[in-house]
Amino acid sequence: MMKEVLQRIQDQKLTYHQKLITLARLAENSIKPLNISDEVQSYRDEGIICDLFEGNAPYRPRYIVPDYEKFMKYGSEFLNLKPPIDIWEATNHLLILYKNVPSITSFPVYIGNIDTLLEPFIKNEEEAYRAIKLFLTHIDRTLWDSFCHGNIGPLDTKAGRLILQVEKELQNSVPNITIKYSDKTPDSFALQAIETALKTAKPSFANDDMFLNDLGSNYGIASCYNGLNIGGGSFTLVRLVLSELAKKTDSSDDFINNLLPDAVEKMCNYMDERIAFLVEKSGFFESSFLVKEGLINLDSFTAMFGVVGLAECVNHLLKAQKLEERFGHNQYADQLGYKIIEKLHEEVHKHNNYYCKISNGKFLLHAQVGIDTDKNTSPGCRIPIGEEPQIFDHLLQSAKFHKFFPSGIGDIFKFDMTAVNNPQYILDIIKGAFKEGMRYFSLYSSDCDVIRITGYLVKRSDMEKLAEGKQVLNDAVVLGLGSVENQRIYDRRLRSYE
Amino acid sequence: MNKGYINKIIPFSSVDGPGNRTAIFMQGCNFNCIYCHNPETIGQCNNCGMCVNDCPQNALMLLESKIKWNEKNCCGCDNCIKICEYCSSPKAVEMTVEEVINSISKTIAFISGVTISGGECTLQKEFLTNLFIKLREMNISIFIDTNGSVPLWVDESFVNSFDKAMVDLKSFDEEEHLMLTGCSNRIVLENIRYLNKIDKLYEIRTVIVPDLLNNKRNVNEISKLIVELNPQIRLKLIKYRPLGVRNNLLKANIPSNEVMEELKSLSEKIGCKQVYIV
Repeated sequence: MMKEVLQRIQDQKLTYHQKLITLARLAENSIKPLNISDEVQSYRDEGIICDLFEGNAPYRPRYIVPDYEKFMKYGSEFLNLKPPIDIWEATNHLLILYKNVPSITSFPVYIGNIDTLLEPFIKNEEEAYRAIKLFLTHIDRTLWDSFCHGNIGPLDTKAGRLILQVEKELQNSVPNITIKYSDKTPDSFALQAIETALKTAKPSFANDDMFLNDLGSNYGIASCYNGLNIGGGSFTLVRLVLSELAKKTDSSDDFINNLLPDAVEKMCNYMDERIAFLVEKSGFFESSFLVKEGLINLDSFTAMFGVVGLAECVNHLLKAQKLEERFGHNQYADQLGYKIIEKLHEEVHKHNNYYCKISNGKFLLHAQVGIDTDKNTSPGCRIPIGEEPQIFDHLLQSAKFHKFFPSGIGDIFKFDMTAVNNPQYILDIIKGAFKEGMRYFSLYSSDCDVIRITGYLVKRSDMEKLAEGKQVLNDAVVLGLGSVENQRIYDRRLRSYE
Repeated sequence: MNKGYINKIIPFSSVDGPGNRTAIFMQGCNFNCIYCHNPETIGQCNNCGMCVNDCPQNALMLLESKIKWNEKNCCGCDNCIKICEYCSSPKAVEMTVEEVINSISKTIAFISGVTISGGECTLQKEFLTNLFIKLREMNISIFIDTNGSVPLWVDESFVNSFDKAMVDLKSFDEEEHLMLTGCSNRIVLENIRYLNKIDKLYEIRTVIVPDLLNNKRNVNEISKLIVELNPQIRLKLIKYRPLGVRNNLLKANIPSNEVMEELKSLSEKIGCKQVYIV
């Protein structure tokens, strides 16, 4: 460990704050307070259960989704802030609170429904434009983590329009943005969102009706695309790597009836252990001012059961080599994929965790987007990059899985520049996709500097700098670069005329 | 006509009218444009069988003197199209109205409408009139993309059956039009005025081809016509690209972005409100 500490201290690619966070991780991982069974440990060693480097001693929930509306209404005693009275105070107050909201990344993964938070303070649009431009620039330069996520919509607001206008101009990678989209969203607002996304890969579109149905009216989209309840969040996210688990057998029946239930049970136990330490031993919920001031509360938290590599799992079990035999291209392969996720859903729902009260004791399924070092393991239930079918078949295939994943699943589409002249083309596709049960839709164009890696945004130009050995501000650039190298992100199918 | 002769159906298109549209390319054209981007849509397959031996995947067969195309085996190499001496395609199929409707109903949730292109679609207007009656029931918009060579004012039932037309005006100058397409542009211009009068003219399109056409004169005259009719009519300036064209007929350069932008601003100066470059 001492060698690693010195390495981090001397690493010239890391900024000062990146060093600080890395050193804190090393310190946390120098202790082992969790009671991990041999079976769980062996799944972890095999790369089948993976806690995404959450650390050995969870001392804050992985994802925190504060009730920013409450903060704007009452201010904060701990931060010594009275409720804001104008757009300058509103944006400044939020920026102050953001710097005091922890998460797995040490940055806030949710920064609120920023349009409705700011709308009451928009008196003069020119002034609001300046304030919002400074606000979003400040976020990009000081919360330099691509998992920082703001929401807008579903209703049209002046603030929402200004946020889109500013983002189109700034073309920053932070914050990630989602527009909650439903029949209540006017086409003109949705089209402005699409025009912005074609320039800077955000916002993504969330199927508001579907999230409302699954999570209730009080939800936000955090981090990559994680649907979670406001005032709560997720204690933890651990993932099950289906592609690795499948390597233990050649039989689909054995996988579904024996391997999967056992792995799910062990992973649930591991998640229980992480949650128990966080809630009962870390002291977070006793000491955080966010809890004391009611911006979050224990009973609104849940936990996310992640899954990756369905495509590779199915292809292995079916020994599918040719494209027409593989997941995404073959009816039987797709049916097997569906059966696996159905079974996964059933098994995960057998488990109860006392602290996940908001989700009735259940863990929420999450189609995890992968990590930079993943090879031959596609995000969640996605069709592998390089094997994407034409967009119509792609949408219908993937939409079938979305109902199982209230805490996040989505697909990404790269459009050619002809779409810029016709944003309605993309809106039609999104409307159709949501009618077919798709939960979350991301897009960018072949021209964007900011691109969506797997769920988060990174600038191509930043990745080039890092590849040349230069420092970059955003700590997710290194993840993006890894994914570009290992998961062929640049080879995502270009959608034009199909 | 009970069946339409169809080159192909593209489920999702961003360039054939407003929103996402299913584009249906009819087989057969009465123009013979030097720069034609899809010459395989011009002719009718005469089942000569020349393409059968050139198919690397054995996706083509001559059965009872008729070409049969096996879509499953097809690798899309387009060898068959390249060697066809009749500017046709063995992949073109005859389809009934019901078959076309079935194909569209799969994508209906995702589209604003359907655009019939070609080839020249108005050469099959009886089939299209029947098709459009059924499409109407699906509550989607119906557009045609035409070279404007078939007099539309004589066939009200056809004109009433679609919503809007996009007209290719290959050249404003009659001689140049004749040189390029083999036909006069008089009916085309008359159709443009007629469609505008009945509020069915959505867009005029023209291809910019350096060295072959007097592009500046074209854009100038077409823009003046649009301003006279309705400045809100869209003008689409299409960049010539040597893809799918018959290279033996034309050796032209791709127009630069600067040239395209110059032509766009010329048109805007004249008063056109909606000018697009593709």
